[in-house]
Amino acid sequence: MALIRKSKQFKWNRKHLLGLRDLSTEEITYILDTAKGFEEISTRSVKKAPPLRGKVVVNLFFEDSTRTRNSFALAANRLSADIIEFTKKDSSVSKGETLLDTAKNLEAMGIDIVVIRHSAGGAPKFLSRNINASVVNAGDGFCEHPTQGLLDVYTIRKKKQTLEGLKIAIVGDVAHSRVARSDMWAMTKLGAEVIFVAPPTLIPSKVSQLPVKVSYSLDEVIEKVDVINMLRIQFERLGGNPFPSIREYSHYFGLTVERMKRAKKDILVMHPGPINRGLEIESEVADGNNSVILEQVTNGLAVRMAVLFLVNQASAQKAVKK
Amino acid sequence: MNSELLIKNGRVIDPANGVDKKCDVLVAQGKIEEVGKIEESAAESVKRVIDATGKLVVPGLIDIHVHFREPGDEEEETIASGSAAAVAAGYTSIVCMPNTNPVVENETDVEYIHRKARQARKTHVYTMGAITKGLAGVELAEMGFMAEAGAVGFTDDGNGVQDPAVMLRALKYAGMFDVVIAQHCQDDRIAGNGVMNSGYYSTILGLPGLDPLAEEAMLWRDIQLLKKIPSERIHYHLQHVSTAGSIELIRSAKKESLPITCEVTPHHLLFTEECCAEYDTNYKVNPPLREVKDIEALKQAIADGIVDALATDHAPHLKSEKELEFLTAPFGIASLECALSLYIKALIEPGILDWSGLIRLMTEKPAKIIGIDKGTLSKGKQADVTIINPDAEYKIDVNKFRSKSRNCPYNGWKVKGKVEKTIVGGEIRFEA
Repeated sequence: MALIRKSKQFKWNRKHLLGLRDLSTEEITYILDTAKGFEEISTRSVKKAPPLRGKVVVNLFFEDSTRTRNSFALAANRLSADIIEFTKKDSSVSKGETLLDTAKNLEAMGIDIVVIRHSAGGAPKFLSRNINASVVNAGDGFCEHPTQGLLDVYTIRKKKQTLEGLKIAIVGDVAHSRVARSDMWAMTKLGAEVIFVAPPTLIPSKVSQLPVKVSYSLDEVIEKVDVINMLRIQFERLGGNPFPSIREYSHYFGLTVERMKRAKKDILVMHPGPINRGLEIESEVADGNNSVILEQVTNGLAVRMAVLFLVNQASAQKAVKK
Repeated sequence: MNSELLIKNGRVIDPANGVDKKCDVLVAQGKIEEVGKIEESAAESVKRVIDATGKLVVPGLIDIHVHFREPGDEEEETIASGSAAAVAAGYTSIVCMPNTNPVVENETDVEYIHRKARQARKTHVYTMGAITKGLAGVELAEMGFMAEAGAVGFTDDGNGVQDPAVMLRALKYAGMFDVVIAQHCQDDRIAGNGVMNSGYYSTILGLPGLDPLAEEAMLWRDIQLLKKIPSERIHYHLQHVSTAGSIELIRSAKKESLPITCEVTPHHLLFTEECCAEYDTNYKVNPPLREVKDIEALKQAIADGIVDALATDHAPHLKSEKELEFLTAPFGIASLECALSLYIKALIEPGILDWSGLIRLMTEKPAKIIGIDKGTLSKGKQADVTIINPDAEYKIDVNKFRSKSRNCPYNGWKVKGKVEKTIVGGEIRFEA
């Protein structure tokens, strides 16, 4: 396909996209380059291309999602695939069927790609070992959210040309954030320096063994960074009482207009959404000139098209080899 | 006198009597008649002579921590299947944990297990009873009635007793019956919903961690309780110790001569948290697999004589239960059937223990913990004897297990040490 002219000798051969930890810099770059080619489709009057025609994609979502689920559905649509929506509420999972049985039943219907979101870290990997279809991770517990990581670095690359040498702060509940983990892997592999900013109670175990720096002070970090990614406080995942109150959390870790005054003029403000206005980010900042929050959503579509396209291609090649 | 068995020319290792020499063992009327040089002619009408040349002849092995799942989960294991696995692994005595369904919490429950064991007619089966009713950690279970029915100790295994006041009461009350209180140390408030060791791997795998502190904090608390109880009949046993921090606590408690013992499992000697990296649920176990430094501390403690018993925590589960997300699959490793070979690999091969040291931790010492008159080849004792070919190599194959479950991460390992014969009460109950 002409879309991937930058490929040179590199050959994509992953049938699944489970996480960014295992991906090489070259593989990440290749997805981003492929996404660039797909961006154009969304600007056409007929927003469709044929590469997944006749293929079936299942959106297998065991956790609530609007953005990611719709983005994957739209991405699959634009590549001409058929989509099955499967959410926990209207499935037999509530009747006690295991994940494996659910997936095997779907597979028996002849699906090609499973896009899975699940509350258990490792659920996509588990699935990939047990079914023949391609598996794309749309978020597993607090392990990874690879397409979010990819669209984040895609957005940064688009705005700043490269991630090499950039300082990036990821602020908030890092301990329970799959976005923070996927961002960390993608950003550091592309040459950026990542700083986790959070209270010690929301910093994960053995963080010293990760390729990141840690700060407990947003005030110290805000002046130094080129990009700031504000994580949503995930009330559904917080165990116990990791900070005394929302008021106190916002005071120390909220991205306010006041704090923005000390930031670099061209700082990029990011957020994976949905945002809690006035909690981790003030409305004026979320909607301000430095914010790329909505561009992230737009770019997510191109990135997900690229991912679906690539895993399908690798899957087809593997089938031929067999 | 009629003699049933003469085991000739083996290397007889009987640590309790300081024996480690080439000699013979004579069994009569289900008891050890003599250990030494025995002429066949001296033994009247020996029914069977076993040539044990090149083999080890040791007291029957004892595992004080297994889950045989009966009553309640007979699809995973039964007392019959577990007992068959036990004798095939050289164990002549095992101790079932009470976290069955229903929980073992009165004398009828204890008698039920004993009856099933008699029917199985393989290994001696003992059981511990619950410390608290329903393992709920609130009210004491009927320890007295259970002890009279033959329970060899009490534990809420699977749970730690969370409330310090309840634990204090349990320790004091158990003193009346001279039985061991065994603790699964885990402070649930620290443990949270953890499913693997809290550390680098839990972070990158996105799985909730079980902090070593959950074990250590409860152990520290229990040690403080032990210091306050005046009775001399208290005996506290830490089950499946897993962290370097716990070892330090036990080391200093023993220095103070507190009545504390502990056991170590094969998996905490052979695996680290890294084994969970592929989300293989066969490595999901509680306490979780820790770090290299913890393994080193456990091995050092074994070498120093700080550890009192080797126990498997054999925890069978169905394949379908383990074929779940790592987060939701149950904890547990089934290892009873290959345990001896695992200890050889973990302790004999690296030179941490010699044979006599290993056998002591699998016979004499665990027998003392649960207060049974076993674990030696002393004259007049019930003839529980295991004959081992120490050099025989084989490949662990879960499909050949007599146990009903296959959740064994050692499948396919090449190991040494085959059990040749297991003799229970003078009767050959297993022959390879």
